[in-house]
Amino acid sequence: MIPSTSTPSERTPEALAPLLKIENLSKTFGGLTALSHVDLDVLPGQIHGLLGENGSGKSTLIKILSGFYTPDAGARAWLRGTPITLPIAPGYFRTLGISFVHQDLGLVPELSVVENLRISSIVAGRGPLINWKKERARAAETFARFGLTIDPGETVDRLGDTDRALIAILRAVSELGDHRSLLVLDEPTVFLPKEDTDLLFRVVKELVADGGMSALLVSHDMTEVLEHTDRVTVLRAGEVQAHLTTADTTDEHLVQLIVGRTLRPAKQGAPAATHHAGAVARVDDLATGHVDKLSFDVAAGEIVGLTGLAGSGFEDALAGIYGAHAATGQLTLRGTRSNLADASPRTSLTAGIVYVPADRKTQGGVGELTVEQNVTLPVIGRFRSWFGLNATGLSRRADEIAESYDIRPRNPEALFSTLSGGNQQKAVLGKWLQDDPQLILLQEPTQGVDIGARSIIFDLLRSTAAGGVPIICASSDYDQLAAVCDRVIVLAHGRPHAELTGDDLTHELIAASVITSLTETPARPKESVS
Amino acid sequence: MTVTTAPVSTTDAAPGTPPGPGTPAKRGRPAVPARSFWLHTERYALLIAWLAVIVVFSLALPNTFFTLGNLQNVLGSQAVLLILALGLLFPLTAGEFDLSVASTLSMSSMTVAVLNAQFGVPLLPSLAAALVVGLAVGLINGVLVVVFKIDSFIVTLGSATVMLGLVQWMSNSSSVTGVDSALVQATVGFRGLLGMPLQFFYGLIAAAIILVILTSTPIGRRLLFVGRGRQVAELSGLNVNRLRIGAFVGSGLVASIAGIVYAGSLGGADPSSGQSFLLPAFAACYLGATAIVPGRFNAVGTFIAVFFLFTGVVGLQMLGAQSFVQQLFYGGALIVAVALSQAIRRQSAKAHA
Repeated sequence: MIPSTSTPSERTPEALAPLLKIENLSKTFGGLTALSHVDLDVLPGQIHGLLGENGSGKSTLIKILSGFYTPDAGARAWLRGTPITLPIAPGYFRTLGISFVHQDLGLVPELSVVENLRISSIVAGRGPLINWKKERARAAETFARFGLTIDPGETVDRLGDTDRALIAILRAVSELGDHRSLLVLDEPTVFLPKEDTDLLFRVVKELVADGGMSALLVSHDMTEVLEHTDRVTVLRAGEVQAHLTTADTTDEHLVQLIVGRTLRPAKQGAPAATHHAGAVARVDDLATGHVDKLSFDVAAGEIVGLTGLAGSGFEDALAGIYGAHAATGQLTLRGTRSNLADASPRTSLTAGIVYVPADRKTQGGVGELTVEQNVTLPVIGRFRSWFGLNATGLSRRADEIAESYDIRPRNPEALFSTLSGGNQQKAVLGKWLQDDPQLILLQEPTQGVDIGARSIIFDLLRSTAAGGVPIICASSDYDQLAAVCDRVIVLAHGRPHAELTGDDLTHELIAASVITSLTETPARPKESVS
Repeated sequence: MTVTTAPVSTTDAAPGTPPGPGTPAKRGRPAVPARSFWLHTERYALLIAWLAVIVVFSLALPNTFFTLGNLQNVLGSQAVLLILALGLLFPLTAGEFDLSVASTLSMSSMTVAVLNAQFGVPLLPSLAAALVVGLAVGLINGVLVVVFKIDSFIVTLGSATVMLGLVQWMSNSSSVTGVDSALVQATVGFRGLLGMPLQFFYGLIAAAIILVILTSTPIGRRLLFVGRGRQVAELSGLNVNRLRIGAFVGSGLVASIAGIVYAGSLGGADPSSGQSFLLPAFAACYLGATAIVPGRFNAVGTFIAVFFLFTGVVGLQMLGAQSFVQQLFYGGALIVAVALSQAIRRQSAKAHA
């Protein structure tokens, strides 16, 4: 049942001419449609939310605004009523009065706050000498105006995440000078705690209010959008689902728009009940950079998924368990308990724990070396002969891996970099799974992998699990989680937020749980949808 | 700084035509099955250039250059540089610099000379002491780089200068002569096959051993991963820090062997002349990395590079060039070598894109 609040209410701010108007914006990549006939009106003085899942087209739209992508023919855009030539020339957005703050913020950590604020003019080499004293005073004045206590002379790497985000935003606005139109915030808050997000949006609201500009907030996080925007546009699969006035909408309505289906309630298990009889691997009180406190277990042959919004901890939990990142907590594997603070990749491998990292290019394999050299690296010590390496043995092992993991081309002497993403991933899996692991940790195992390789990898994971090996798979790909996992744990702020099993393991329910994971009362959307 | 920073990226990301895994180069199996004519040209370009230089100088100077005596001079006199450069391949493969090899060589040769000639210590213990010096320097360099996380460039620049001071203290800033003639006989005195001094064969043996270590042992393979993909190496459970320390110990030990050979060829030791080997050793390694296995530091390429460079210097000097031509030639070769490897890297990146 769709709640009655779903009536479109975008006609309310009738009197205002849009600051940014986009009509009929489409973008196709090869045969794939990233954006389809998108219309968007951002009204002056407002914070406009752009909401949608991964792959919904949000970032494509932003990249068209920054001039990175050329839209398909037929699109039209106006800024303050004046037509904009599409595609926007690279760098021209600044002339238009548009500025971007991306998730990585683009600050130089080794430089001071003032130096970071002035970075664009330094890079451009504009102006004569910089009067640093004056710059510092000006920065201090700006900070004071917004009630911030940031020392302009401090180096950025000594500041917290929130201060960094604030500096990036203030810099983006100041770079526009007096010619300000639109501030695009591309998920700048994903690593911030709730209170700090409020502070950040207070600053954004003041900037928008006294600068005669608007802000476009790109986000995965529904709660943030509900609390801090005036209007919201929901994208799904490249199409606009609705333009809404935020005050007139509800979270359950937004979830349905984002996910695309009327949801039946998930039978949400209490996250505390994550220990089961028959578990062969068990994690207790895991804490890493983003994970606060996480305990769960995995049965023999079970595939457990970890997911959440960016910054929720699902990205670094596995590296922590493996010992690649600093972590605390305990891991019990087939009755042997170990302290994660002492874990390292070496000790983990000795215990039969393998970790398949997300980044194939810098962590999974070395592109300039051959497939054979890459896949045999973990076992190289076993291929000795009286004269160095047993070349025949190595070559046979690589052939076997190429065969059983269907690595194409079937040529282990090809350079790793010449393989497609899917085949690289198959090679990386072969590299790790060749040695009968006791616990498999997978980070985004099908990122950037073509559809064919994806289904091969899914089959591979299922058959490996069927052999009794526990597998933990951290991913933001809900289809993948739904396809391979027996159970999915959704994290929020580094803690378990929800656990989905059985029939609840659908793309939509996982997505809905993730999108609402930062809402104060996690169970609410599910209850009200019923 | 330009000369020194450029090589870093070559070391980190030089492309390559890796040899068939576990395939010693002697088998000559092409790495990537006959990818292109250019690839083969690239592999043997340095060898061809060396032969071309020989032909040109032989035609120009038939009476002086094209003689058996000169062949013996060219091949027989470069053992110290060759061994030093070969040792340098360990840290370079692991993605580290060792600027202290020339100082280690000086200190090792001075240790032999001072112990043997001044303190009357028998030859063998003196040689053992020199080897211990090399091992210790390598260990200290490695530990400083790994434990204190200091850039190897800085650590070895510092340790090189410290050793230079120690050598001057040991020698009272003057040459020490009178080393046991057995050492002199064993390096340059006695002549073996083709009338070559024995040190030539030491260089050959060193090249063979280091070729095998780098291409056909687990350690060589692991060093390669440490240099090319440190994160991959760490996540694959390699003891990256121990391998890095090992690379410095390797270059220190080999540099001290070069120092012993140097002491033999001089019949003593000199507190400062060892420094002149530093740049040629780097030039040979980088130039060698453009050949045989383009984009990778390799022993055969280094071997060819050492003799290519020296052949050029000898020929030019016979044509009447002043002795400063040596500096111009080696310095220029280093820059050209790095420029070439960058070009290879870009080309190969394009080919793989």
